[in-house]
Amino acid sequence: MSETVIKCESVYKIFGENAKKMLEESNGNVDAKTFQEKGCIVGVNNASFEVAKGEMLVVMGLSGSGKSTLLRCISRLTDATGGKIFIEGQDLLQLNNKELIELRRNKMGMVFQSFALLPHKTVVENIAFPLQIKGIKTEDSISRAMEMVKLVGLDGRENYFPRELSGGQQQRVGIARSLAVEPDIWFLDEPFSALDPLIRKEMQDEFLRLQEKLQKTIMFITHDFDEALKLADRIAIMKDGIIEQLDTPANIVLNPATEYVRKFTEEVPREKVLVIEDVMDSSNKDNLGDIKVSKDDIIENVAEKILTQEKIVGVVDSNNNIIGSIKPSTIIDTVFGGRKNYS
Amino acid sequence: MEYLKKYPKLFQWLFLLIVFFALCFAIEVPETYKFIRGQAEFVKDPNQSVYFFLGKEVRYYAFDVFWRLPPLLGWLPIWINDSLFFLMNEWMPMEFWNEDTQEFKTRPLLLQISRNLTAFMTFLIELIREILLGGLETIVAFTSWDFIDAYPWLELPGLPWTIVAAGATILAYKLSGKGLALFAGLTMVYISIFGQWKPSMQTLSFILVAVPLSFVFGISLGIAAYKSKRVENALYPILLVMQTMPQYAVLVPALVLFGVGDHAAVIITMVVAVPPMILLTILGLRAVPPEVIEAGRMSGCTNWQLMTKVLIPTARRDILIGVNQVIMVCFSMAVISAFIGAKGLGFNLLLALNQLNIGLALEAGLCISLIAILLDKMSLAWANQQQDYFGNLTFYQRNKNIIFFGGSIVVGIILAYIGTFVFKDTFNYLFEVPHNKGISTADFWNKGVDWIFDTFFVYIKAFNTWLIVDVLQPMRALYLRMPAVATLVLAVGAGYLIGGIRSALVVAALTLFIALSPWWDRALVTLYMATFGVVVSCLIGFTVGTLCFQNKKSAAFMLGVCDIFQTFPSFVYLIPVMMLFGITDTSVLIAVIVYATIPATRYTIEGLRSVPVGLHEAATMSGVNKFQRLTKIEFPLAFPHMMLGINQTIVFALFMVIIGAFIGTEDLGQYILKALSDKNGAGIGLTLGICVAFIGLIFDNLIRTWVEKRKKHLGIA
Repeated sequence: MSETVIKCESVYKIFGENAKKMLEESNGNVDAKTFQEKGCIVGVNNASFEVAKGEMLVVMGLSGSGKSTLLRCISRLTDATGGKIFIEGQDLLQLNNKELIELRRNKMGMVFQSFALLPHKTVVENIAFPLQIKGIKTEDSISRAMEMVKLVGLDGRENYFPRELSGGQQQRVGIARSLAVEPDIWFLDEPFSALDPLIRKEMQDEFLRLQEKLQKTIMFITHDFDEALKLADRIAIMKDGIIEQLDTPANIVLNPATEYVRKFTEEVPREKVLVIEDVMDSSNKDNLGDIKVSKDDIIENVAEKILTQEKIVGVVDSNNNIIGSIKPSTIIDTVFGGRKNYS
Repeated sequence: MEYLKKYPKLFQWLFLLIVFFALCFAIEVPETYKFIRGQAEFVKDPNQSVYFFLGKEVRYYAFDVFWRLPPLLGWLPIWINDSLFFLMNEWMPMEFWNEDTQEFKTRPLLLQISRNLTAFMTFLIELIREILLGGLETIVAFTSWDFIDAYPWLELPGLPWTIVAAGATILAYKLSGKGLALFAGLTMVYISIFGQWKPSMQTLSFILVAVPLSFVFGISLGIAAYKSKRVENALYPILLVMQTMPQYAVLVPALVLFGVGDHAAVIITMVVAVPPMILLTILGLRAVPPEVIEAGRMSGCTNWQLMTKVLIPTARRDILIGVNQVIMVCFSMAVISAFIGAKGLGFNLLLALNQLNIGLALEAGLCISLIAILLDKMSLAWANQQQDYFGNLTFYQRNKNIIFFGGSIVVGIILAYIGTFVFKDTFNYLFEVPHNKGISTADFWNKGVDWIFDTFFVYIKAFNTWLIVDVLQPMRALYLRMPAVATLVLAVGAGYLIGGIRSALVVAALTLFIALSPWWDRALVTLYMATFGVVVSCLIGFTVGTLCFQNKKSAAFMLGVCDIFQTFPSFVYLIPVMMLFGITDTSVLIAVIVYATIPATRYTIEGLRSVPVGLHEAATMSGVNKFQRLTKIEFPLAFPHMMLGINQTIVFALFMVIIGAFIGTEDLGQYILKALSDKNGAGIGLTLGICVAFIGLIFDNLIRTWVEKRKKHLGIA
């Protein structure tokens, strides 16, 4: 992946009166317990990572793990206590108020868990809101907002008030609003957590469709591990403010870094997460059958094809070169057992 | 012993009551004690005791300290008064340029500020008044009397009533549609043909200055308090006292500071109307969900945009209640400030009541209530307005309201012109129906009142006598029989049992202030009337509220009725009761009961409504019947909210009791009314007002503390 859009260097967020002073004294060794005894709560503890252009980083953690706090540090809704944050090379913490507003007006969009729509504005007014804040003429902002209404499939409801919409529809409005200014960076704070499971799935698919089209740089917060697996390019798993592991979904499932992460991966149906490349045998390229599978296929989708073959199936890359092979027994292992191999 | 452990609170309360009654019986009434009817400080009775403090002489009748505390704060009103006079007339003399005499003049700073403020307010009121009614003060304000003498045609002609009526109708139509337009039209026509046009427009001009100013000040201070904890802490105690301060009481200092007239009325109205606006603004802004604020920030709002486009609109509900309160208070004050020379309907109403011309009072009262309701509904509709971005409107559709208004101006002027021919020898009724020249139903009402009196005199009298002799007099005697020490013990004990040491100290301080003022006896009378009113109001309010709650429609209907009743200026309530019961304590108490029942009913319904649906269903599934559900589930859960209703009921009752002084009661209100016509009245009026406010605050503190604890206990905080 190419250029870095978001870059965090040991970011800390500590709540409490003497937070700044205590952080300086601790020399970077922040221990949540000792801080708590002194009346400070550690929200984010030494977070360092980068997000590349067009990448989707999902931050996963249970409630109180600091994931939302981390997001708010990066959007500077709250000021980080320590560390550095760069947005497209700009030092976020050095921006003055005016520059920050400019940045938000043009570069950032955010979706909230409770939708955070303005109750006194209609759907189209809500979506046009960030445009009008920028000072765009009413007519232009409304016509642009109508495009967004169509994009999220709410045509015909543009004059409804938020209270007249279902949760899923409200969040569509939230998404449309955050996209109205065509931001490069898209923050989503548990956008689907307040929705019913069926609607959630629908919204996730919708979201993937949008992302396919828009290719934004995304930070997505969730407490749902399945959701993280489904959407993420990379996942950061947080616990008590610390990023426990940051890796691709497959690597997290295959190689959980800590006991905490392993617990999440236990119940995961790996055939849905892993692709052929993750489990293939790259040393054996001989003695193959006629059927080939792509290295990027998700196991579940090609399992039947492989299992019905008598011969070993070849694996090809995007240029159709054979790069390895896969045995039906490997598939069976992956689905039904052999977990020890990976843990 | 077991009971003691099981219900420790109950026994603590019992113990407190036993101590209270023991003290009551142990302390004898001193033989020399009698309820003092005159003002002690003016009577030089050799039996009086005297002390000096800060150079002020305080005279009082001394009793055993257990019976009545000596008025150690008796110097306070005199001192406040002297200080005010000093500030106004002697403090910081400065040179000011005088436009009229073209020279510098030495004046105290405060006096100059007061004069400038007065001039400004007068200008605003006169401007609107002269647009509506005509006149020349506005032009004079920009030029001079000589100028207007030279060009007499420059005098503002005033609008014919037809144009104002049409304007109000069109505005109502634009804001909310046919229903409100009809109401606006009918109200205006009614006002005109009943000959109330001039006073109504005078009142309206007063309102149109007072409401926007109060709104702007209230919301700005509310925002300041929301943003800065320090501002809030500084404002909060003042707001609390102002909320429970009777409106009468603030009139007197206003008299000293700003003199007599509409301008003083506007300024003092703002003082009363701004506090609820501030409180509701803070409340509303606090309740905005943090994510909505973050959404605003992420949309790139500047602080100003965040406030005006996100926070205030989202907090709209509470802010609108604030506007509603402002309008209510302003109309209420429009009547009361007639005491300090405000013109308009209020003045007519007071005059009519003074002459016992119930019919005239009724007409003026109806006018003022109608205008109040109209403005209230219009302001609501204005806030809820919506924009249509997609309607493909023609020029005519887009501007039809303006076109119609333009048309009505032309028609109105033509009509007024025709009127000059038609009504050559009399008044031009198509321009303005003069006061007392319209249709009047006053005679009808007066005859009705006479008829009621003639027909039901026996029954009314019997009821009246029974109430006064068998209920009110004994109750009053009981209240006056309480030794000061016993009352203090009761109040402080209740504070301690409800809210611990903190509450006890607050209550003790508030009670002591009243006990050490020269008006403890009067305060007890106020308290007795308020107690009677509150008890009856709560009984009625709870019953009516509970009954109406059984059905969704009746509940909504009742809340609507409460809304309308609340919009009536408080003084208006005196009219019908005087019709029926004449000038007696009964009248005042019935007005108190009617007025105070509004919050009791409203909060009962709202409290019952706030019980979660899930609990209803759970209760139904465990097989309770309607009555059990009410007593076991709904009442206990709704009770904290209903207690807040009682709190409001107490404040409303106190207000009305004090206003009742107009009819003639013997409580604190009577003294406030007296202070109005006393040149040294400012200090007395203010101190009396604080006394009444403190009575309210004592209950406020106890009830709020209890409600908070209870809510925490029930987990519905």
